[in-house]
Amino acid sequence: MSVQSLAAPFRRESGFRSMVAFYLAAMRMAIQEQFQYRTANYFYMLGMVAEPVIYLVVWTTIADQHGGSVDGLSAGYFAAYYIVWTLVRNMNIVFGAPYWEYRIREGELNRDLLRPVFPLHYDIAYFAGWKVVVIVLWIPLAFALSLLFDPALSPNIEQVVAFAIAIWGAYLIRTMLQESLGMLCFWTTRGAAVFDLFMAVELLLSGRLVPLTLMPGWVQEISRFLPFQWAFYFPIQSLVGDLSGTELLRGLGAQLLWILIGLAIFRVAWRSAIKRYSAVGG
Amino acid sequence: MSALRISWLYLKLGVLNELQYRVNFFVSLLQMAIALVTGLVVLALVYSHTQELNGWTQPELLCVLGVQIMMGGLIRTSIQPNMTRLIEEVRDGKLDFTLTKPADSQVLVSVREVRIWQVVDVVTGAVVLGVGLSRIATGVSVADGFAFFLALALGAVMIYCFWLLLATAAFRVVNMWHMVELFDGIFMTGRWPIGIYPPWLRFGVTFLVPIAFAVTVPAEALTSRLDWQTLALAVVFAVALFAAARWFWQRGLRSYSGASA
Repeated sequence: MSVQSLAAPFRRESGFRSMVAFYLAAMRMAIQEQFQYRTANYFYMLGMVAEPVIYLVVWTTIADQHGGSVDGLSAGYFAAYYIVWTLVRNMNIVFGAPYWEYRIREGELNRDLLRPVFPLHYDIAYFAGWKVVVIVLWIPLAFALSLLFDPALSPNIEQVVAFAIAIWGAYLIRTMLQESLGMLCFWTTRGAAVFDLFMAVELLLSGRLVPLTLMPGWVQEISRFLPFQWAFYFPIQSLVGDLSGTELLRGLGAQLLWILIGLAIFRVAWRSAIKRYSAVGG
Repeated sequence: MSALRISWLYLKLGVLNELQYRVNFFVSLLQMAIALVTGLVVLALVYSHTQELNGWTQPELLCVLGVQIMMGGLIRTSIQPNMTRLIEEVRDGKLDFTLTKPADSQVLVSVREVRIWQVVDVVTGAVVLGVGLSRIATGVSVADGFAFFLALALGAVMIYCFWLLLATAAFRVVNMWHMVELFDGIFMTGRWPIGIYPPWLRFGVTFLVPIAFAVTVPAEALTSRLDWQTLALAVVFAVALFAAARWFWQRGLRSYSGASA
């Protein structure tokens, strides 16, 4: 009894340490792997830039038609918003729900289940490493966009720090949501329509389409109680908007809350999903 | 003539093949419904903040959306599946099987695939276009209608040529997948009047990726904005692009040496 109670904290400590080592190793692997494919990564990013550029041009045109601003948002603000958007969007790309279908169909899950580390940890670590590559590649892109569109951006040091944390919060929120949604693949092979629906709701309520203040009041009210804006609007706004120190802290707190809620949902869904699973091939 | 016969045969084959997977129809329908509602919400949101966008009213832009959805449906029904299959086969070496067939290779690689359920998008686009037109006070003249169909056909030809040029590049560049992603992103520019974009982008989506010709020009025809010079330019550009694509395809074939099929 006493031996066990002595050993337990020690085991947990070394468990934590080996977990950190695992994360670092998986991230390093992802960084090395993805840097090899920098051209492919770049084309992928360029394809994504079309979307915010379209939104930006549309809203800038409207602002110009109405004497320089829409609902108090200036053309410079829109430029800053949609340039920071590109990084936040990239941070929002995680192990997506549709890939669970692939993972199950191709039997990759069998291999993953045999590993001593839970698959979720591997996904988080690998994509986190990839994000490091993405951030490095993003810098010249942001520079080019800034030359083209003239953003109004003057954050203070608190905002920069909050932003640096918030983009990782966004990454974890989206990971939890997508992994939970991916559990659907244990029940059906036709999740595509559900995933599309999720993306559409997310597009409208996260701030991906427009800064949320341009949405009707009731939409803003609804989105306050949903996770989407904390993974998109809040990170952008933390750098571009004029949030006070308290507001920044509250936002980061909301992010933490949604990460924990997402994790809880995933654990519940995973438990009932894995009971249904029987391996095919591998 | 034989090109048409082959196309017809492959179309029938493709339709029969796809008809086996009926649930896919409902999935397509659901996905289209989601995309359509999203598009309409975006349009409503924009026009809740302004009366007109660069001279285009909401019903007029609804017509643009309709044409863009129609063209997108056409691309996904036939052009894109054929071209992605071509890219894939160049990499896997399976293209040899097609090249040994006794028919024009360009025709063969362009008509083999038909995703018939994507026709849902074409129909939806047409309905959106119809609703948009019914809300425009000034009617559509016969000449406008004729110009519309001509412009639409030319636009489809140009998009096909653009894709063929891209896919032919697969003979030299191995990984073309990200080009596909890039196209999907850029195609969304067609939902808005081309005039709002800065000059460099306007040039790009007109001549580098002919989206303006495929979407904006037909929509201009229906809203009585099209002058005959633009239509003539579309004809010339379509012919030139087709010749270029054909030439590039044949050149690409010559440098293709098979890959252990």
